[in-house]
Amino acid sequence: MSADPTVPPEAPEEAAETGTLAARLALKQRAGGLVVPILTALLAFVLGGVVVLATGHNPLLAYRDIFNGAGLNWIFHPTTNIASTDAYNLSQTLLQTTTLILCGLAVAFAFRCGMFNIGGQGQYLVGLYVANWLGYEFAGMRPLPHILLAVGGATLAGAAWAGIAGFLKATVGAHEVISTIMLNWIAIWGGIWLFGDGGPLQNVANKSVPISNDVAASAQLPVFWGVQGLQGLDVGFFVALAALVVFALILNRTTLGFEVRAVGFNPEAAAYGGISVKKNLIRAMAISGAFAGLAGALDMLGYLYHFGTSDIPASSVGFLGIAVALLGRNTAIGTGIGALVFGALLYGTTHGLSSNVIDPSLAGNLTYMIQGLVVLFVGADVLILYIWNARRKLRPKSKSKTHPVGASA
Amino acid sequence: MADELVLEMRGIRKEFPGTVANDDVDLDVRRGEVHALLGENGAGKSTLMNILYGLYRADAGEILLNGRRVEFASARDAIGAGIGMVHQHFMLIPVMTVAENIVLGVEPRKGFLLDERTAEKRVRELSERFSLAVDPTALVSDITVGQEQRVEILKALYRGADILILDEPTAVLTPQEAHELFEIIRSLQADGKSIIFISHKLKEVLEIADRITVLRRGKKIETVQRAGATEASLARAMVGREVLLRVEKAPAQPGDVLLSVEDLHVHDERGIEKVRGVSFDVRAGEIVGIAGVDGNGQTELIDAITGLMKSEAGAVKVAGRELREASARKMLDAGVGHIPEDRQRRGLVLEFSIAENIALHDYSKPPDSKWGWLFPARLVERAGRIIREFDVRGGGPLSAAGGLSGGNQQKVVVAREIARDPKVLIAAQPTRGLDVGAIEYLHRRIVSERDEGRAILLISLELEEIMSLSDRILVLYEGEIVGEHTPDVSEQEIGLEMLGGRERPAA
Repeated sequence: MSADPTVPPEAPEEAAETGTLAARLALKQRAGGLVVPILTALLAFVLGGVVVLATGHNPLLAYRDIFNGAGLNWIFHPTTNIASTDAYNLSQTLLQTTTLILCGLAVAFAFRCGMFNIGGQGQYLVGLYVANWLGYEFAGMRPLPHILLAVGGATLAGAAWAGIAGFLKATVGAHEVISTIMLNWIAIWGGIWLFGDGGPLQNVANKSVPISNDVAASAQLPVFWGVQGLQGLDVGFFVALAALVVFALILNRTTLGFEVRAVGFNPEAAAYGGISVKKNLIRAMAISGAFAGLAGALDMLGYLYHFGTSDIPASSVGFLGIAVALLGRNTAIGTGIGALVFGALLYGTTHGLSSNVIDPSLAGNLTYMIQGLVVLFVGADVLILYIWNARRKLRPKSKSKTHPVGASA
Repeated sequence: MADELVLEMRGIRKEFPGTVANDDVDLDVRRGEVHALLGENGAGKSTLMNILYGLYRADAGEILLNGRRVEFASARDAIGAGIGMVHQHFMLIPVMTVAENIVLGVEPRKGFLLDERTAEKRVRELSERFSLAVDPTALVSDITVGQEQRVEILKALYRGADILILDEPTAVLTPQEAHELFEIIRSLQADGKSIIFISHKLKEVLEIADRITVLRRGKKIETVQRAGATEASLARAMVGREVLLRVEKAPAQPGDVLLSVEDLHVHDERGIEKVRGVSFDVRAGEIVGIAGVDGNGQTELIDAITGLMKSEAGAVKVAGRELREASARKMLDAGVGHIPEDRQRRGLVLEFSIAENIALHDYSKPPDSKWGWLFPARLVERAGRIIREFDVRGGGPLSAAGGLSGGNQQKVVVAREIARDPKVLIAAQPTRGLDVGAIEYLHRRIVSERDEGRAILLISLELEEIMSLSDRILVLYEGEIVGEHTPDVSEQEIGLEMLGGRERPAA
């Protein structure tokens, strides 16, 4: 590293001692690398398995059937007819993954700016509503402009919704956790009013049910795997994959991302560097909300087409985005993988499981258990790092390429 | 009795991957002795003490306590054997009282409950015995840093420490507090306690220590008596070559006024007026030093000049142009460079790479970026150049700044500010916490930047630094400039003004 070979490297343990707690934690997390998220997930799955075991079933069989039920076994024989059950299951898993990628990015982006966006659910719902309204109201437009209008409108609506929380934080210091939770409830009850009896967006053809209008055919996203109108996998999947790339590019390749990361790591140093912290808080929240709003648009235009008031409180993908982002360490690749894991769980546990393999009342809840455990363990990151480092301490002679154990003392 | 050895460390070796932190180090400490452990950052002082305190295990060597061989598996073992350590960063619980903090873990109990009264009584006895004045019932969040340090010392004494390790104890103290600490150390010494005093400051080591052991790059260089040791001889042992302790500089040749501060008034966050009508000029090619005791408005003055804080009244002109409603961005663009007083809290984003930190001011301009699009390769390329030019060691452009040693972190900050070619350079505590070698480098650099024709405003709590670098000295007291001097003024005169003017004698 140093140009002069006669100069030995400075002892890193003393350098680390001068660091702040946050800096040391960041160094440790880097040292933990891939290990910690994998351990986190593994531990969550093992504990989920213990519960399966407690209900008198074999967890390995249960996980195997969830894996198969999610259609992931299709990858072992991808040449099979695309209309096979496995292929269909996989398309459904990927449909869930699409939504979860975007809801995960909504949480991850705010995290990178030092904020905890718990309002992904509300931003997703607002996107859903606006996409429904634009998709119905402007029926008769040519498909491409109609889709762009509805997707763009919903994305902006999600951005504005989250932007409120960012604005409140920047101006009066209201904590984003509180304000985004509040905004979630406003989004839920707002939707129930919009689509409910006598609501402005209630289905015009049938005034007896509290449900929205149907999205016009011109605004529906084309399906490329499966049957249009029967919940086939639509092109929104590629939009979500592209969003992962956009997320990584914004953060690492733009001045906007540079500012977001600087503010997220150290707002005081960012201000010293000439960066406006307030502007970035608002902007980062808005971009977060844009991802969630986009998720709502893709779901509405991709396969839902309409939404009833009873569906609103039942939806929880926005919250699942938190676990996705935490498991994915707020990175693009991590969020993609996290979304696939939870997408497979979400679909695999609610579909085609035999009661011989898993208690049916447990199956659907297994996803939420694992979600909760992941959030818990990520919170207990430090503990896992501690155990990991202690394990390495026991074998000091092992050739470790990461930071010396001294850095953790 | 006086020469009785209480501690011997023999042939201590400790390796970390890629470096040998301690290489065959010997250390012996006598009863009632203040033994200084001197060395640059990274010399292995902390490692050696962490081994003694049971935090690390030595790869080789032995420790003898009162002639008996001991092995510590944890700090608990070391404490049990009568060793106490006061770390640089205090480990107190702010919401608890002084007494509660001191007895924590070894509390006197009444049934299941803490016996508050006994705890307070014992703490009071202890603090009287060693003349360590603290109020046992005060909350730790309400006491000063100097008092927190006393609480840490009491904590160690309460656990029966006979050997007390003080890790860079003066780093966080004001000169007055440091003076009081030395009084405390002398009273502990009189009571037969042995003190290991870790430091890299030559002056204080010569003031307080009986014997001095110098470490360099993990090896013990020598153990000397204080009598006969000089700053120059210790510096040579520490750095391994002759060190210029005095800054050599030609007389200043001041040019145009580049920074002009006129009747500046600044309030802090709580609305208290901290800067009260300050006016001064800094010319091209001169170093103006601002001396003063911490908390007399230095921070607010710097923040107002650099646009990080709004001023209530007054003007700041850079090269003759007044900057109204100034922001940090405007000041940077007007040509003000700023080496901040706290490099880790403000000067660097520790999680960022060195390249990103060097781009912290200019990331939004070409060639770093265009139309909002960042060119990381250019950041890395420039950082590589600057790392070579400023001899930053311990990492390349892509290493995290947090992984560098303090001296190298400061080099990154200084390099960034100078590389922007500022008209005005504000250097706040530029050498705080750095070792002799790094200080020598920074001082030379500041003088050479002056000779390049920059206007330099130096703010430092170290009077010695102000005296040796400045071409003109201003004294700041309670938010006002109370004196202006040429550098041939006596230290006493300035010291008096720093403590509140001539009319009030220093306490």
